[in-house]
Amino acid sequence: MERSDKPKAERGLMRWVDDRFPATQMLRDHLTGYYAPRNFNFWYFFGSLALLVLVNQILTGIWLTMTYTPTAEDAFASVETIMRDVEWGWLIRYLHTTGASAFFVVIYLHMFRGLLYGSYKAPRELVWVFGMAIYLALMAEAFMGYLLPWGQMSYWGAQVITSLFSAIPAIGPGLAEWIRGDYLVTGITLNRFFALHVVALPIVILALVVLHIVALHEVGSNNPDGIEIKDKLDTNGKPLDGVPFHPYYTLKDLVGVAVFLFVFCVVVFYFPEGGGYFIEKPNFEPANPLQTPDHIAPVWYFTPFYAILRGVTFSVFGLEAKFLGVMAMGLAIGLLFVLPWLDRSRVRSMRYKGWVSRAMLGLFVICFVTLGVLGVLPSTETRTTIAQVCTLGYFAYFLLMPLYTRLEGTRPVPERVTD
Amino acid sequence: MRKSLLVLCLVWLPMTAIAAGGESAGLRSMTPALQDKASLQNGMQMFVNYCMGCHSLEYQRFSRAAEDLDIPRGLVEDNLIFADGLAFNDQMRIAMASTQSATWFGTSPPDLTLVTRLHSSDWVYSYLLGFYRDPERPTGVNNSVFPSVAMPNVLEPLQGVQAQVCHGSDCQLELVEPGQLSPEVFEKAMFDLTNFLVYVGEPSRLQARSLAPKVLIFLLVFAILAYMLKREYWRDLH
Repeated sequence: MERSDKPKAERGLMRWVDDRFPATQMLRDHLTGYYAPRNFNFWYFFGSLALLVLVNQILTGIWLTMTYTPTAEDAFASVETIMRDVEWGWLIRYLHTTGASAFFVVIYLHMFRGLLYGSYKAPRELVWVFGMAIYLALMAEAFMGYLLPWGQMSYWGAQVITSLFSAIPAIGPGLAEWIRGDYLVTGITLNRFFALHVVALPIVILALVVLHIVALHEVGSNNPDGIEIKDKLDTNGKPLDGVPFHPYYTLKDLVGVAVFLFVFCVVVFYFPEGGGYFIEKPNFEPANPLQTPDHIAPVWYFTPFYAILRGVTFSVFGLEAKFLGVMAMGLAIGLLFVLPWLDRSRVRSMRYKGWVSRAMLGLFVICFVTLGVLGVLPSTETRTTIAQVCTLGYFAYFLLMPLYTRLEGTRPVPERVTD
Repeated sequence: MRKSLLVLCLVWLPMTAIAAGGESAGLRSMTPALQDKASLQNGMQMFVNYCMGCHSLEYQRFSRAAEDLDIPRGLVEDNLIFADGLAFNDQMRIAMASTQSATWFGTSPPDLTLVTRLHSSDWVYSYLLGFYRDPERPTGVNNSVFPSVAMPNVLEPLQGVQAQVCHGSDCQLELVEPGQLSPEVFEKAMFDLTNFLVYVGEPSRLQARSLAPKVLIFLLVFAILAYMLKREYWRDLH
């Protein structure tokens, strides 16, 4: 059946394809005919960069699995084989390890952009929720990937995190055992984490990325002014303040890609250990279940939540501190999911919100970064107190949001986007 | 733009601040010189002669070291491969069984392939120079970097004997019996040995350093061209 409104190529191979598959239509819907606001700033580079890093992780990951051996006996040695005996193996591995940290750098900045300009607000709630699901899957992906080199920090990090599940009353110990497949983290855990890391979670993440982008292209991109470009159309029905994604943003993002790759390659070639934060020093020693390292610190991108977990040092209503810590950590991530329904402001962008919103976002960033730093360090009494204060700040940002966003005065939003 | 840079700084500054801390207190600094082939060759010779009785480099191949350090194959086979059954392309393994060594020393000597990455070059260098006489230890020596270490000071014939002299809490090591080498020559030998171990920890470092400028210059040119192309297209909008 021929539909007249469907864009098709005039002739040739493309016409042959278009009669069988909507190639031209898809290119138009998502690139040449997808109108994005023309006032994107610095913060809007990180979405495309996240996609770039995802591709990097998948490609380098495929090549790593060609040599990596997921057994407790050979995993550590196989990583060293990649580093020494595989042609360009060191580069492939460093691209993957640095890529893991870079992924979280760009994702955190991408999420901050959402907070700054209200990109989660109606009608973009699902874009945000799918994005949060990607973030959650990414955390699982990174955590499981970190076990694979089978170093001391791999092993003990996995031991600590899986033991968190045992804090859940009644079902906890059985659940932790079910996750590990053993009483402790062992080669069996390594096998299943490998399967999840290289097969299951990448599929989930890719599917979620498709959902994230499809939802975004359905409602259109937000912008630093937080206004709808679809409200002001020209005579052809195109947004006055919009430009086609291709070629305008593909070329602009290409500049972002080049600058990002420059910084990324400086790290890959000169500082692949990232000062001990991208590859932790104890991980240069093979996993030893009989010897606990002096100080177990998760990789930097988990430390804010780890600090929240450790900050809960008291029990309430007979529930033990460890369980409450796990709950607090879960809540800290869970609240991000419901953010679109916590923000009751009339405006989207921080540019037109009141000073309370600005102050609370500032407080949130300070608390999040401070928690991240504290999560790296061994805990002391003072640090635990600071972590508790910052945890309060973190939760205050979310829990008070329905109040301060509704009550504060906002500034008038312009009709058209500003440069 | 200025605001975003500020936020980036807020995120990264605390990270770099803590990165500066760590295991570095009281260590002598050792900056590796991976371009210095003579130093690396001497370090490999030191390692094979003095360390390899007990410590393996189980991920490092003789052949790779020979290639990277410009040592002819014949020289390696004649002078650096001692254990039976080890060939030029093999990893630098040892004959001593770890079960036996654990009985003899209380703990089996660790493999040293990654020791400089597990600790640091400063740590290894300071450790090698840190042995001093301590009659209370079974081996007769202790180490200022690694207290109660199980390893005897196998380098004592070269170094001589050091003693710990304390003024309050400030302790220094002083040479009380000279060895075959003067302190300066011994320190240079330990520098070479540490330098070799830094190389062994990451043989690809040499490759990475030679490749990096080419990649970065390419990306720089690419970034400039991409920016010019972007500006050309966006010019039409205004």
